[in-house]
Amino acid sequence: MTTTSSRPVGEVLGIPPASHRLRDRSFVLLLAVLTSVALIVLAVLLIDTGIDGIPQLSLSFLTSFPSAFPAKAGIESAITGTLWLMGVVTFVIVPLGVASALYLEEFADGTRWWNRIIEVNIQNLAAVPSIVYGILGLAYIVRGPLSLGRTVLAGGLTLALVVLPVVIITGREALRAVPPSIKEGALALGATRWQAIWRQILPASIPGIATGVILSISRAIGETAPLILVGAATFVAFNPTGLDSPFTALPLQIFSWISQPNDQFRMLAAAAIIVLLVILVILNAVAIRLRNRYQQRW
Amino acid sequence: MVAITQGDPTPGSNLRDVSDLDPASDPRNEPAAPAIPGQVPAVAAGQPHAAVPVVAHHDVIDDAIETPVFVTEKLSVSYGSSPAVLDVSLRVPEKQITAFIGPSGCGKSTIIRCFNRMNDLIPAARVDGMVRYHGVDLYGGDIDSVQVRKRIGMVFQKPNPFPKSIYDNIAFGPKVLGMKGSMDQIVEQALRRASLWDDVKDRLKDNAFGMSGGQQQRLCIARALATNPDVLLMDEPCSALDPISTGRIEDLMHELKETVSIVIVTHNMQQAARVSDRTAFFIVDMGSSEEARIGRLVEYGPTDRIFTNPHDIRTEEYVSGKFG
Amino acid sequence: MATTSATSGAGGPNAESVFGPPRRRIGEKAITVVLFCAAATSVVITIGIVVSLAGETLTFFTDQAVTVSGFLTGGQWTPLFSDPQFGIRPLVQGTLIISGIALIVAIPLGIGTAAFLSEYASPRVRKAVKPTLELLAGVPTVVFGYFALTYFTPTVLNGLLGLDVAVFNGLAGGVIVGILIVPTIASVAEDAMSAVPQSLREGAYGLGASRRQVTVRVVVPAALSGITAGIVLGASRAVGETMVVLIAAGQVPTTSLNPRNPMETMTAFIGATGKGDVPTGSTGYKAIFAVGFALFLMTLILNTISIRFVRRYRQVYE
Repeated sequence: MTTTSSRPVGEVLGIPPASHRLRDRSFVLLLAVLTSVALIVLAVLLIDTGIDGIPQLSLSFLTSFPSAFPAKAGIESAITGTLWLMGVVTFVIVPLGVASALYLEEFADGTRWWNRIIEVNIQNLAAVPSIVYGILGLAYIVRGPLSLGRTVLAGGLTLALVVLPVVIITGREALRAVPPSIKEGALALGATRWQAIWRQILPASIPGIATGVILSISRAIGETAPLILVGAATFVAFNPTGLDSPFTALPLQIFSWISQPNDQFRMLAAAAIIVLLVILVILNAVAIRLRNRYQQRW
Repeated sequence: MVAITQGDPTPGSNLRDVSDLDPASDPRNEPAAPAIPGQVPAVAAGQPHAAVPVVAHHDVIDDAIETPVFVTEKLSVSYGSSPAVLDVSLRVPEKQITAFIGPSGCGKSTIIRCFNRMNDLIPAARVDGMVRYHGVDLYGGDIDSVQVRKRIGMVFQKPNPFPKSIYDNIAFGPKVLGMKGSMDQIVEQALRRASLWDDVKDRLKDNAFGMSGGQQQRLCIARALATNPDVLLMDEPCSALDPISTGRIEDLMHELKETVSIVIVTHNMQQAARVSDRTAFFIVDMGSSEEARIGRLVEYGPTDRIFTNPHDIRTEEYVSGKFG
Repeated sequence: MATTSATSGAGGPNAESVFGPPRRRIGEKAITVVLFCAAATSVVITIGIVVSLAGETLTFFTDQAVTVSGFLTGGQWTPLFSDPQFGIRPLVQGTLIISGIALIVAIPLGIGTAAFLSEYASPRVRKAVKPTLELLAGVPTVVFGYFALTYFTPTVLNGLLGLDVAVFNGLAGGVIVGILIVPTIASVAEDAMSAVPQSLREGAYGLGASRRQVTVRVVVPAALSGITAGIVLGASRAVGETMVVLIAAGQVPTTSLNPRNPMETMTAFIGATGKGDVPTGSTGYKAIFAVGFALFLMTLILNTISIRFVRRYRQVYE
């Protein structure tokens, strides 16, 4: 049978011409390259930090306090400060965040204007730069009405404000994931609304809420900008003695050492960064493990 | 006793040809229909609802029940401004099984959800008319829907056990109700009543999600029974189950009706014929336009009569499979 | 709430005889109130932000005898000098230049990554890449600042590329902030691309289009709202970013457009000034609020735009 046109067989059968194939292949290559840039940068960052920092890691580094002499300086006060701060943050975001999520998801009538304002509000708050929260903390928590001074409590409260919107949003998603048939079943048995929520819906959504809380805390651990405004101005060479004590934290200490002219301190900063990253990796692993193990398959 | 009235047959009547019946029960020998609650008045052609004929109320709605557990009068449910089901008037007997049948969308589930105030959960739902439970208006101002649901239980179409142990599933109702007595005993009794005790007595602490579909549904029945309700509403309880599980639940219903009045919604006519003592048949009335899908009660009476000798031609067509 | 038009229980038994004694409902009401208060604190926080920023900004303008136009257009920012100048233009310029560089870097990387993950990557590759992106997103910004200062500027910019930049320079700040926001743009854009229905792609494949053509001519245009939302969100993050620019870009407000030199952003100014003990009511204190307010407004506008775009792309397919 003769062909009715003079087009090459390949084109008739749907195989694109060589020029197109070249374009197709280079496109994939381009996308792959673009994707790997960010990942390569991450790898270089980790390697460079590792090269500078790992030699500095030692038990004495972890158990010493900051000092004017690089050889003697360590991050014990930074670690304990971070722990204290995260304690305050957790104490604030768990009740406040879960209560807000519960209200918005289970009790709020979506047609009322005040509920809609709250919802839009939380979305906006989640995207406000963290340094603005630092200004808020400085004005109202460190000074102003609360006048707590540059203390652990002030720092913790400020950080809690930064991550609270995220906790509320993830909390709502966790509550929403519980199928309505569970609530219906509980109500049909004669439970009140609160009984159905407290005894069935909330327990079923705890893994999701807990994952959200852990991820929020890992974000709070790395926040530096608000602490710059709210934390101590001079270096802190002691562990916090209470909620009213001055403090330092890992990111603050890193920042402080980077800002020093002496190159030795830069090495210490790298070591502290490694400690910070290790803590974050552990936290995230815990969150993922929690999610995988306790996630309810409906 | 069914009252027979004399009167002229009206044009467009859906009553089937019963000329071979005893004249005393011949529906064509009826007087002009007096105003009876629940009766749809004749309307001139061209007006909405023109398709709905005049029916003799007491002939198709067999209401003579001594001890009704529910009495509805022109019960209607609308979502916003569009009516979903209109003018349902019937009396549900005590300690019997009453089935609601009809094509999908005819409002059967909507009506039984009025019986335990579950329509409260839908903000746009509006309930008009009256539904009385043992004489008390369920939608009266002083009625607490939570307490209603403690006496009137419900089993849903898709089994919905809680993500907890079998024991905790059963114990939930009694706990929130504040029932006194040994919880172990309450749980065992509920499981026995649902014919589930032997299957699960050794694994009460296992998660309910590990059970098969049929077992989960019996668990939901046991859970509803644990609060000792007076009525059990079952909304297509077997539609998600295999035939063997369905059979077991139907056997269960026969046992339960000695202690619990049952209203079951089912789209399976044979099931209604098998289990129920009385059957109510609903249709979807298309009204004047496609959008006006309104559910209506067509006929209600002893199951035997509905399936062997229905008085309304639409009932006859449905139960004989001509439409549905 | 279902309502009824019937009258209640005339002539029948009363509710109590059938249902038992009524239960106390005060507890439920109280719980609702408590929860509402918790949710309302978020509103309180926003009000707090706006009030504190706006209030101090107001005193800033009245006390310092600065005019709004002078503030917005003046080219000299020296608030702490003995003869202070309050033109915010250098700070805004610094913010815009660095954010601009960041977007130039992040948009191709972000969209490219999103397109790769959504249209080309096998499940195995996705399983490896997505967590790594999340890891990138989780690295604290102070670490990026360290990287920019100690590695990127000396080794890449000066060493590798021979660009001869200053120790603190806007280019390093911009590029590293760009890398920082790639996960933000990529995840929103990928979400939007995955949401494009398969039927659209199949229509194009059926006409003989290659995967490249489908991606470029069908998927990306269809997901444009979402991609834009991601870009705007990334821009908002870049504008609000503090640590990278504070560490690596410098603290010299300048109207020079040359990214090789140090430049100060709005966020860096706030960080640098707030670090010390600025007395309440002092010039520096008020300046922090004025700049902070401007920053807040900028990001608020960007966020609102982003949310609008997200709503648009969600609406189309849901």
